[in-house]
Amino acid sequence: MQFFLDFEKPLVELRKKINELRDFSTDNVDFSGELKKLEKKAEKLRNDIFSNLTRWQRTQLARHQARPYTLDYIENIFTDFFEVHGDRNFRDDPALVCGFARFDGQPCAVIGHQKGRDTKAKVYRNFGMPNPEGYRKALRVMQMAEQFGLPIFTFVDTPGAFPGIGAEERGQAEAIARNLREMADLKVPVIVTVTGEGGSGGALAIAVGNKVMMMEYSVYAVISPEGCAAILWSDGALGPQAAEALKLTATDIDELGCVIDDIIPEPEGGAHNDPVAAAASVKEYLQKQLAELQKLSPEELVEQRYQKYRAMSRIEE
Amino acid sequence: MPWFKKSKAPIASSEKKKGQMPEGLWTKCKNCEEIIYSKEIERNLNVCPKCDYHFRVSAQERIDLVLDAGTFVEMDAEMMPVDFLNFKDSKTYKERIKAAVKKHGGGDAVKCGEGDIDGMKVVVAVFDFAFMGGSMGSVVGEKITRVIERGLELKAPVLVFSSSGGARMQESILSLMQMAKTSAALAKLKNAGLPFISVLTDPTTGGVTASFAMLGDLNIAEPRALIGFAGPRVIEQTIRQKLPEGFQRSEYLLEHGMVDMIVRRQEMKAKLSQVLKIFTKS
Repeated sequence: MQFFLDFEKPLVELRKKINELRDFSTDNVDFSGELKKLEKKAEKLRNDIFSNLTRWQRTQLARHQARPYTLDYIENIFTDFFEVHGDRNFRDDPALVCGFARFDGQPCAVIGHQKGRDTKAKVYRNFGMPNPEGYRKALRVMQMAEQFGLPIFTFVDTPGAFPGIGAEERGQAEAIARNLREMADLKVPVIVTVTGEGGSGGALAIAVGNKVMMMEYSVYAVISPEGCAAILWSDGALGPQAAEALKLTATDIDELGCVIDDIIPEPEGGAHNDPVAAAASVKEYLQKQLAELQKLSPEELVEQRYQKYRAMSRIEE
Repeated sequence: MPWFKKSKAPIASSEKKKGQMPEGLWTKCKNCEEIIYSKEIERNLNVCPKCDYHFRVSAQERIDLVLDAGTFVEMDAEMMPVDFLNFKDSKTYKERIKAAVKKHGGGDAVKCGEGDIDGMKVVVAVFDFAFMGGSMGSVVGEKITRVIERGLELKAPVLVFSSSGGARMQESILSLMQMAKTSAALAKLKNAGLPFISVLTDPTTGGVTASFAMLGDLNIAEPRALIGFAGPRVIEQTIRQKLPEGFQRSEYLLEHGMVDMIVRRQEMKAKLSQVLKIFTKS
């Protein structure tokens, strides 16, 4: 069964009607005039819906069950991918996928959060919420990339780092903190794409990059809207209000002028409507950013990254 | 005679507002619930003389505790937060800033500067939990980064005393980015071969723990401080069971290898002095 959001429903129904009508058409019966009209109507409807999305609706799109995940992007953007496993300390973490591949033929490292689509896969991937060993695996792979002089591409899509007893026991905070410090010091290009949910420290732990981009319908914030609402109003159900307050959409964050470098446009109606086109769009931006970064020396890469984050503040003195 | 002077009323006296005690003469310990003469707690560096519970102290009190008298020179004392998102919950962020500044002064939730410990030059940042729960927004992140950069300049050890609920929601994404900014500065400090000592006090959670607070060459905790990534309530809601006794307390972190030592307030200065002498070969 196809999954769709409430506000997508009218559009999905109209699409269904169009498809039915198309199936009816034969050489004898011509509905082409009718079809054209309906197509136009669908386009207008889509524009109406998508040009007036609330921040909460955009959050829902970022979490859309049919949205492409890291492994989908890997399949459509990279070749020769092989996954590596484990942090060499505790265990493997399926919530974070790490490996090596080729980008336009050029060897590179790829790291990304991974969610599951059906219940079984969701549980296996822990809903895309990594444990400390996931972040430690990612660091191991990033430092390996540095060792071999390979650029690193990361894909961010997580509700957050997992808040559990085991995670605390094994140092969730330390794992994230260490990644932040070590990523700042990597002597190879790091290009970050927020593809879905950029959930706080759990996202940032693989997102300290020379270039950071957000997809059109992705979100990025210091806390989930539900978490924010639970703290501010003691009611997690007020997520929609909190989403407004947090200003978490790609456009909101772009307006700050110092956090992201680009917004990657998505196919009409969102990446889930055409994952292949979405991946092509991502690829184009990755190519552009990589070309720019390859002009920099290892020392310049570290300095450019430092200055990028150094400039992130709004203060009065 | 006590070996430091109080400039402000002790934090313990806020207990009196609950109306059980006459005018702060007596304080009920939060831990052992013993009723103790307030002056006695104060004389004991805001540590309960009966059960060793460490009451929260202000940034100034902590500076007085660890730095040589009269050596502290403050930096960025008047840096102010900005409500650039027009954030509003029950109150606007602007109103919250105004109220916090009125009550606790400018400079946000961290007091920074340089001073001496037993004659050794150090750069310090000390959190004030009373200022919006010690939360980290742009100002806190910027001040901590400048402290680290000052350490690089002076070739001096850097000390941070944390006490914070984590990143400040009212600055959303920019609060999150302070984690990356401060940690990046620590990478520079490490490359320069300078020591960073992180002292974790009650409570240190969220984005502060998940950045500089856990990155000390040494992580030192005060006894029984709450230290963790996710808050206990969030974890309870996620796993739907009660948390074990002592979970996320200093002793638990020591046992699990996340802090190097637990040091009582009375011994903090002597311990820092001992450690720094070894690390700086002096």
